[in-house]
Amino acid sequence: MSSASKNSAAREAILRRVRAALPQSTPLPELPASGPWQTFEDPTTRFREVLESVGGLMVRVPDVGAADAWLRDFEPWKKSATRLTVIPGLGDSTLDLNSIDDPHALEHVGFAVLKGHFGVAENAAVWVTDADVRHRVLYFIPQHMALAIPASQIVNNMHEAYGRIQVGGYPFSGFISGPSKTADIEQSLVIGAHGARSLVVFLIEEW
Amino acid sequence: MSHPPLAAEFTANRSRAHWHDKALWFVREKRDRMANSVPEWEQLREHASAIKMHTVSQLPLYLEQFERNALALGVHVHWAETAEDHNRIVLEILQRHSVKRIVKSKSMLTEECHLNPFLEKNGIEVVDTDLGERIVQLRNEPPSHIVLPAIHIRKEEVGECFHEHLGTEKGASDPAYLTEAARGHLRQKFCQADAGITGVNFAIAETGGIVVCTNEGNADLGVSLPKVHIACMGIEKLIPRVSDLAVFLRLLARSATGQPITTYSSHFHGPRPGCELHVVLVDDGRSGIIQSSEFRRSLSCIRCGACMNTCPVYRRSGGHSYESTVPGPIGSILAPLKDSEKHSSLPFACSLCGSCTDVCPVKIDLHHQLLAMRGLLGQRRLIATSKKLSMKFVAGIMKRTWLFNLLGKFARLSLRVLPRFAIYHRFNPWGRQRELPEAPAKSFRQMYADRKSTASNPGDKSK
Amino acid sequence: MKVALFIPCYVDQFYPNVGMATVAVLEHFGVEHEFPLSQTCCGQPMANSGCMPEAKPLAERFVEVFDGFDYIVAPSGSCVSMVRHHYEEYFDHNDTRSRKVRENTLELSEFLTRVLGVTTVFGSFPHQVGIHQSCHGLRELRLASSSEVMKKRDDLLKTLLGNLDGIRFSQLARKDECCGFGGTFAVAEEAVSCMMGDDRVNDHVQAGTEVLTAGDMSCLMHLEGIIRRQKRKIRVMHFAEILAEAVNVPSTARR
Ligand code: SF4
Repeated sequence: MSSASKNSAAREAILRRVRAALPQSTPLPELPASGPWQTFEDPTTRFREVLESVGGLMVRVPDVGAADAWLRDFEPWKKSATRLTVIPGLGDSTLDLNSIDDPHALEHVGFAVLKGHFGVAENAAVWVTDADVRHRVLYFIPQHMALAIPASQIVNNMHEAYGRIQVGGYPFSGFISGPSKTADIEQSLVIGAHGARSLVVFLIEEW
Repeated sequence: MSHPPLAAEFTANRSRAHWHDKALWFVREKRDRMANSVPEWEQLREHASAIKMHTVSQLPLYLEQFERNALALGVHVHWAETAEDHNRIVLEILQRHSVKRIVKSKSMLTEECHLNPFLEKNGIEVVDTDLGERIVQLRNEPPSHIVLPAIHIRKEEVGECFHEHLGTEKGASDPAYLTEAARGHLRQKFCQADAGITGVNFAIAETGGIVVCTNEGNADLGVSLPKVHIACMGIEKLIPRVSDLAVFLRLLARSATGQPITTYSSHFHGPRPGCELHVVLVDDGRSGIIQSSEFRRSLSCIRCGACMNTCPVYRRSGGHSYESTVPGPIGSILAPLKDSEKHSSLPFACSLCGSCTDVCPVKIDLHHQLLAMRGLLGQRRLIATSKKLSMKFVAGIMKRTWLFNLLGKFARLSLRVLPRFAIYHRFNPWGRQRELPEAPAKSFRQMYADRKSTASNPGDKSK
Repeated sequence: MKVALFIPCYVDQFYPNVGMATVAVLEHFGVEHEFPLSQTCCGQPMANSGCMPEAKPLAERFVEVFDGFDYIVAPSGSCVSMVRHHYEEYFDHNDTRSRKVRENTLELSEFLTRVLGVTTVFGSFPHQVGIHQSCHGLRELRLASSSEVMKKRDDLLKTLLGNLDGIRFSQLARKDECCGFGGTFAVAEEAVSCMMGDDRVNDHVQAGTEVLTAGDMSCLMHLEGIIRRQKRKIRVMHFAEILAEAVNVPSTARR
């Protein structure tokens, strides 16, 4: 049997078995974006608190220029030999992203400044998509990372978040909350597991 | 082996057992604080449970919808009836691409299918990239927890292991230092890998996409460099809508580790340009569980591990004492569903305290299922004959009040008159670390009758 | 109101004072009661061991014995939960007689607070009391809020004991962890069971508990077994015993 026909035989067999004794159908709950969900008087403050609690840093600035000034004074940025930004005016790039075809070439990126779409107050997650970078590995491979979002774009909770995004519109999209971390050795938290060792989220007021 | 002797071995090293217990209790407390910070927590649990129950009741529909949408995104969809089929499918994909090295992020499904040894036998280097999983892989042992695979290992032991395999300094045991060493070691592996394998936390029927949640970023790194991404999932991982993700992502990390959300919650919808994304849908007994009204809800599990962290038995006996891929309360249901003979002691490794049921984010009635599983084992004659006989015997007594009274009296008398050595000996497991109750001269019913008969005496003011 | 006393088999034989304290408490609140003599065991040990066929005749017998009472009251959350939550599978769905028995079987603190509406008990018990939340009372009968569930519920034991003169409560590090009794678990998994019991006892020792109490004598039997073996200075009393003792002491609050 070819793998294709094996596959469709297995498919039929599984579906048949699953159909064999299905329980009575039960209703699917309604999950409106603005339902009885937690909201915050000041979502930005909450976002900042939660982000700090997960090891990240929120920096609120009036404009891109101010973010740029802040960044150039930030130790990890200053120490990074290989830098990359996708936001004009916020940091600079030592690599030309558009000339890179193989993502492996990004192995040594020290710092990347990338775009986030919005933040979620309840968990400090920032929504990112691969429409904004040529290689999605950029969200994971740099030693340090900054995400910039317009300051007005903080939603309260995940229901609001999913209410405003087009999931499925991008091969890759996702939430990033804080720098990468692990507590796999005796439950002691270590920041900087495989991904970014630090995460700055810029909230830019005038963009 | 069965659970009790392995558990006894674990508890025998009391300080270590306490250390293990405390580490997990710490996670449980973090979970409590997180759950407490969400006013609608209990509502979310209700919703999560309802979504899962609904999905399973329409599973064929959602599987087909998922497949249709995934195919449209350019995903290769594979169906595997058994663990062997799953392994074969994965191997075929890898061989087609002449893959020599893979990196793998955590997937309980691939553990269940024993994918690693199978691939290794076929000449493929498999590197588990989750730090905890890498530690147990290097130590050549299975994970002891589904979220915290190396929770049973002390940092000194990790230090020794890394000294041997990664060349870290001898005697070094600082978690930050060891994690840094693993980071360097695994970066290499990420960059060398020809394919990445991940599990799936949620598969969305309405979009055909999958969601993978990690803290370390290992799943994402692992599939963003090589050209091939294989995602392996049980058919129960489906959810109908994108909006359902809000419920599950709010519950998952809070329940699992007491974080507001995992660091990375990645949504994959189709391959990168010029690359391939494969999804393997695995049955391996799940369709059988769907047919069982008693145990169907066990398929709602989102593998958060909270029931392990809260289980007073798990915390004190360690994950390996369960000898199954998934340990703890949920594992003690899933394992006997797979092989009731091999895992017949697991449903009894439980005091029926019900903490797991109360902690479970999808409201699986775990302790009731464990009880039901005991009944099923009874039906299948998989309960120790001695236990069965003694229960028959006691039930025989309890059916006859006179016999109950007589033997009760006899028992009390024996406890009162027998010398200690006749009561506390090696055939009395109760008395090894505990006293038996002090036997009173009279039973309650005697006292009650005595009191009634003197009740007419006005001088008697019973207390 | 016809109230039957359901005194679990092992309480009948080994803890008659707990049964008598239950009687005293009920009488204190003016409840007339009966003790149906043919009662024995509710079948929980068999059911929990996976021996449902052995439990069934005992369940049928229980319904037989307690049929016709308005309430069936027991000083044991575990046995009550067996009757109320697990008898269903032994009877026909339409069997109204067994349903009535099931629904009207109440644990003592439930009966006192929910049926009699007791909100305060006047009496005196000048001791530091450590409450052990027995799991079945807590997570099956919901006699208090469990630490896992984010929902506030009345703590019935605290309601009943809280107003006694001089009483203080221990602050435990783990307020509702299982003691490790678990029926046959106590023997089948002796090592884990005893470690769990030992940990509970230590928590109470740390907290300064003078009197350890609970709604289930089975948990207390296990914990007392450990306390006595280790010669700890903690007195073990069922909450009915505390109430019976407390209401007999003249209280300042009463006047
Ligand atoms: S059974 Fe519930 S608590 Fe246990 S791992 Fe699964 S989802 Fe989590």
